[in-house]
Amino acid sequence: MSKLRHTLNLALFLFATWLLLSGHYTPLMLALGLLSTLLVVVLVTRADLIDQENQPILIKPSVLFYWLWLGREIYRSNIDVAWRILHPALPISPNIITVHAGQKTELGRVTYANSITLIPGTVTMDVDEDTLIVHALTQAAATSLKNGDINRRVCDIEDIF
Amino acid sequence: MYITVSVVILVAIAIGLVRAFRGPTLYDRVMAVNMIGTLTVLMVAVLGFMTGRPEFLDIALVYVLISFVSTIAVLRVVNTSNDTTEDSKQ
Amino acid sequence: MMALALDLLSWIFLLAGAAFLLIGAIGVLRFPDFYTRLHAVSVCDTMGAGLVLIGLMLQGGLSLVTVKLLLIFYFMMFTCPTAVHALAQAALQGKLKPVVEDRES
Repeated sequence: MSKLRHTLNLALFLFATWLLLSGHYTPLMLALGLLSTLLVVVLVTRADLIDQENQPILIKPSVLFYWLWLGREIYRSNIDVAWRILHPALPISPNIITVHAGQKTELGRVTYANSITLIPGTVTMDVDEDTLIVHALTQAAATSLKNGDINRRVCDIEDIF
Repeated sequence: MYITVSVVILVAIAIGLVRAFRGPTLYDRVMAVNMIGTLTVLMVAVLGFMTGRPEFLDIALVYVLISFVSTIAVLRVVNTSNDTTEDSKQ
Repeated sequence: MMALALDLLSWIFLLAGAAFLLIGAIGVLRFPDFYTRLHAVSVCDTMGAGLVLIGLMLQGGLSLVTVKLLLIFYFMMFTCPTAVHALAQAALQGKLKPVVEDRES
């Protein structure tokens, strides 16, 4: 009966989101929120989308630390890319590399590919099982990606999902 | 001060429109529209603060999701029709 | 005094964010080919949007407004890389050749 539990979980999460976003707590508004929650749950059940994957997950502290670290990386490479944009000679050397993703789960690989794309200077172009094709703006960005620092950190936070 | 920020965002939108009109390939145009979507979200949020009406943030919140879905939908249409050659002559 | 400092900090964040948005837009105009322009869009989406939203959060204080701004930030950080990746993959499948430069420069 895990399906029923997943459905209830989803309904509670949706209603909590409604309460958080609406800010009005009159009976009419609460009734409307309940109605729309029910509508969404019915639609999702009919489309047969309820499974482990769309459950609202709790965010663990180590993920928060990873986000902070990622934010610092994003800040650094943003400064670099912004300097290259404003430089009159456009000092860029675009190249394409393939990197290996050492994550075991699909979610881990998605996190890795999205982190690479989120950092300016590297964009994931294609994913094929466990190799990623990455377009890098400069040679420096490509070599720092090849060092595999992000790969290691995503592997570290992966097993707690 | 909010006016300064919103004018800068408008200038950025204008530059994005130039790229959307010029953009040699179809993908450049979609990319420019995607960027304009992000800028529009920020514009709506700043305008909400400027006029003192926090309801604008709900519109911005919905617009984030709609602009993402529209980008994905346009790309899906482009790639299934798979006849992109007449627009991509560099 | 505290309020003034907070106000000043939020203005610094807002102006820096606006500057990064402008830089990203200039990059979209200046860069030579599609795949390099994606990096400029990345600048716009991460740093520009992030700094502007943080500046607005500082203006909003501890209220529902800040929660909504935080949600916008959260959604943006999830949707933007996905959209950029979808663009790159679509262009790759559409046989758009990237300009690649070798070891020199």
